Amino acid sequence: MSELDQLDRDLINRLQDDLSLDHHPFKVLAKEFGITEEEVLTRIRQLRADGVLTRFGPFFDAHAMGGDFCLCAMAIPEEDFETVLTKVNARPEVAHNYERTHRLNMWFVLACETPEAIGQVAEAIEQDTGYKVLQFPKLQEFYIGFRVAA
Amino acid sequence: MTLDATDRRIVEALQGGLPLVPAPYAKVASELAIPEGELTKRLQAMKDSGVIRRIAAAPNHYKLGMTANGMTVWDVQDDRLAELGAQIGALPFVTHCYERPRALPDWPYNLFAMVHGSSKDEVEEKRQQIVTLLGDALRGCDTLYSTRILKKTGLRLRKKGD
Repeated sequence: MSELDQLDRDLINRLQDDLSLDHHPFKVLAKEFGITEEEVLTRIRQLRADGVLTRFGPFFDAHAMGGDFCLCAMAIPEEDFETVLTKVNARPEVAHNYERTHRLNMWFVLACETPEAIGQVAEAIEQDTGYKVLQFPKLQEFYIGFRVAA
Repeated sequence: MTLDATDRRIVEALQGGLPLVPAPYAKVASELAIPEGELTKRLQAMKDSGVIRRIAAAPNHYKLGMTANGMTVWDVQDDRLAELGAQIGALPFVTHCYERPRALPDWPYNLFAMVHGSSKDEVEEKRQQIVTLLGDALRGCDTLYSTRILKKTGLRLRKKGD
């Protein structure tokens, strides 16, 4: 992976804000940074290729589409971890999944198109893997300051 | 907002990301065989209704040097939670903050706050600020560090008929 320069960092910060719906949205960014549209695109492609950006595009909110999100956790013994992981990740409803330092060592988010589907998918994972799925739906949100300073 | 068939095709076309080309909306519109103006009008409606939160980049914390990602979890006295949760959510280093149900006996915590830092020491130092803020409403806490990203794709709509 190539070293990030200051322009990359500024670009990463800016790219966490909303992109315009302009016909040439990257030209709008290029103007802000005083570089060419092609350079903006080349840098974003490189950041994607290096994995510095995991994704670039619309962030959909399942809740606003009438669906729902739910954080779930499982306690998986080390020897079964990879097997269970393959089964869990194979489900399209699993939007992201992290291994964490705790007895509950697998934490994933289910994004479903209907609220009822959350429980159904969680139950299907339990049957498929033989391990309990704890559900932690959000009850109250205290501000999401999603940005990461690069 | 209820998505019609065209909206769903748009969501399906974009859930993997926006094409990194000079005129990305034109490209997607042409793939969907609709005018670019209709696509952007529909995207604007999705933004207005909150279906699209933003069109933006998702950075990998690890690659940005934020190698310590602590999910701090707290057992907070119920009648103080709303007041204290709002204060914790407002701290500059907290990126997500939610009230979630306890799952007793496995899980006594009712407040989750994500804290990112370049080292565990930095996360720990920030965590101490939360301890101080919670004061005598704090009944227990833990920090779960992420050791591996196992999947990160964002929302995927199922194809109709799946």
